[in-house]
Amino acid sequence: MATETTSKTDFSTDPNANKGMDFSTDAYLDMDLLRFLTCGSVDDGKSTLIGRLLYDSKSIFEDQLEAAESASLSRGDQRMDLALLTDGLRAEREQGITIDVAYRYFATPKRKFIIADCPGHTQYTRNMVTGASTANLALILIDARHGVIEQTRRHSFITSLLRIPHLVVCVNKMDLVDWSQDKYDKIREEFEEFAARFEITDITFIPMSALTGDNVVNRSENMDWYQGPSLLHHLENVHIAGDRDMIDPRFPVQWVVRPQGDEHHDYRGYGGQVASGVFQVGDEVVALPSGMESKIKSIDIGGDPQQMASPPMSVSIQLEDDIDISRGDMLCRTHNKPISGQDIDAMVVWMADTPMKVGKKYTIRHTSNEARCVIKNLNYQLNIETLHRIEEADELKLNEIGRVSIRTTKPLFFDPYRQCRVTGSFIIVDEQTNNTVGAAMIIGETS
Amino acid sequence: MTSAIEKPGAHEHYRLTHLKALEAEAIHIMREVAAQFEKPALMFSGGKDSIVMVRLAQKAFRPAKFPFPLLHIDTGHNFPEALDFRDKFVDEIGERLIIHKVQDLIDRGDAVEDPGAFPSRNRAQIPTLLDAIEKYQFDALFGGARRDEEKARAKERIFSFRDDFGQWDPKNQRPELWNLYNGRSRMGENIRVFPISNWTEMDVWQYIMLEEIEIPDLYFSHKRDVVERRGQLVPVGDAPFGAREGETIVNRTVRFRTVGDMSCTAATDSPASNLEEIVAEVAAARASERGARIDDKTNEAAMEDRKKEGYF
Repeated sequence: MATETTSKTDFSTDPNANKGMDFSTDAYLDMDLLRFLTCGSVDDGKSTLIGRLLYDSKSIFEDQLEAAESASLSRGDQRMDLALLTDGLRAEREQGITIDVAYRYFATPKRKFIIADCPGHTQYTRNMVTGASTANLALILIDARHGVIEQTRRHSFITSLLRIPHLVVCVNKMDLVDWSQDKYDKIREEFEEFAARFEITDITFIPMSALTGDNVVNRSENMDWYQGPSLLHHLENVHIAGDRDMIDPRFPVQWVVRPQGDEHHDYRGYGGQVASGVFQVGDEVVALPSGMESKIKSIDIGGDPQQMASPPMSVSIQLEDDIDISRGDMLCRTHNKPISGQDIDAMVVWMADTPMKVGKKYTIRHTSNEARCVIKNLNYQLNIETLHRIEEADELKLNEIGRVSIRTTKPLFFDPYRQCRVTGSFIIVDEQTNNTVGAAMIIGETS
Repeated sequence: MTSAIEKPGAHEHYRLTHLKALEAEAIHIMREVAAQFEKPALMFSGGKDSIVMVRLAQKAFRPAKFPFPLLHIDTGHNFPEALDFRDKFVDEIGERLIIHKVQDLIDRGDAVEDPGAFPSRNRAQIPTLLDAIEKYQFDALFGGARRDEEKARAKERIFSFRDDFGQWDPKNQRPELWNLYNGRSRMGENIRVFPISNWTEMDVWQYIMLEEIEIPDLYFSHKRDVVERRGQLVPVGDAPFGAREGETIVNRTVRFRTVGDMSCTAATDSPASNLEEIVAEVAAARASERGARIDDKTNEAAMEDRKKEGYF
């Protein structure tokens, strides 16, 4: 744990700490939101990095620091263990491990950040997939002394599988390799070589030292050969507005808003969260599965009129015509519809101790829809270390990933996950235990 | 945000601010619960987080009424100002409020107060809440808890399952992916749902400012009689909240960052008398909001232990 710990004074003596965080009221109301994922194991400096981001953005309070400090002391540690700031549960503190994905929050005047902090040890796949499912960006740490290791490949693969749009590779602990550009270049080259097999469009490399703070918040003076931004600068400025699909309108209906009083007796709003595309008042839409067409009469949020709705807005939509629409239905455009079908080809990550069996029936939740399904076939299991396909596999165990064909009891309206994360994903629920046992990313209709 | 709506066209104009993104997430969660459960209720204390929750419910369900009542677990240790506000507020929004009193359970012998001269009623809330769940057969309860409040909460799911005894098992939580929430439960099980899990204290204040939401005066700077007790400014009032032996009552300009029971909420010295000043104060604060909750200081795992027993 030694490399995971850092003393409180490391931070408080840093002249750059807590600078540049002057918020104005206007800035607060004009920030956007970036969700990112950190992946790494116990000794790559992940906790130190998160601790520094939180501390430098004033997101750790004095009483929290004091609580972590006194807990470290009472445990007999020499220095404050920063992991104590994030490890929330008694068992975690007692055993010095991280059990689960922890969510941390910080903000700068430009953005609010949600960190999904995923432990790197056992169960990493299940945890990382959970954190990755909502992330705009993944942060992978590499120890500059060790370069690309097996774990780096696994994390990169999951980033690619879950289609996180942006990846930042933090080449950490540069202080321990004499700030060597040569070392950094080699790691970067090696990473780019194997990452070419993945579909990751935006990769940024940053050499840094989380312990000394070089290139975390401020540009490093020890590495003048590096011309890029510091990590925080990159997180604040990476362009995320373009990640959303504004082309293919998809609106899964969640809830029908129907007032009972006389005052609004004509109101019938379809409540939901826009999955992709843009909906505007006057647009012609079609409802699935009925295929009935109508026009958008109004869009509102809690009765407050809007001209349009884009992802991920939650709105209520009224139509010109009185057609039968209920939860699980979907509004889209006549000339731009999702796939409607019962045979689905998907990559499945298994998340339960009881393995997935071919022929077994499960319930799935997809957008606002629920259906029963049967596992028709396991085409192959993927070895995520080597990316080899194991075609003779007949079940998926905890943390295993495979390509699966399923058949549902009723048609679902879906898109490939590569096109839309919302309409392209579903979860698998065990009907006996009610547990969420699998996460699935749709490739398409089974051919 | 309104500019994004007024000028659609360019890609950048579809940008959502972080508050609008958090709002959209919370509305989505509330509608999922309304659709997946038979008898939900919204926990309402009259504090700022639960007031924000009501605003979000209005966004999710208006112009219709909420498909669930509000539920107040009344400890009997409330600030009088908070109760006045509650009654006025509920009247204005025109929704049902169920009040379930800790005192009734104590009188029946179904809840006991902590021993000692100055008992907190924090633990007595647990059987009272479970009693309300049983009486009204609630299968889902909305709470305004946030993950930034406390370390145990940072690892709690948005849909958080409780067994027959209301207990939380932190090591056995369902994975929660994308915006898909699995609300399937067996008879007797129920869930707590936290739609503002991803909000911070600052987000809540910004949202109150943006939406011009009315909150109790307790949150704004005012003159109040307090005593210093274990380094905190504790409000004093009528018995049993009077000053204790050896304590001196002082009248100071204070406000509350969080409003719980009078017996366990400390005030802070503050001249902040409007929302802009509060936001500035929260931005500069060096102590967490929960630091003002005397009940969380009992031991390092206080919140985790209470949650396991069925506390919110």
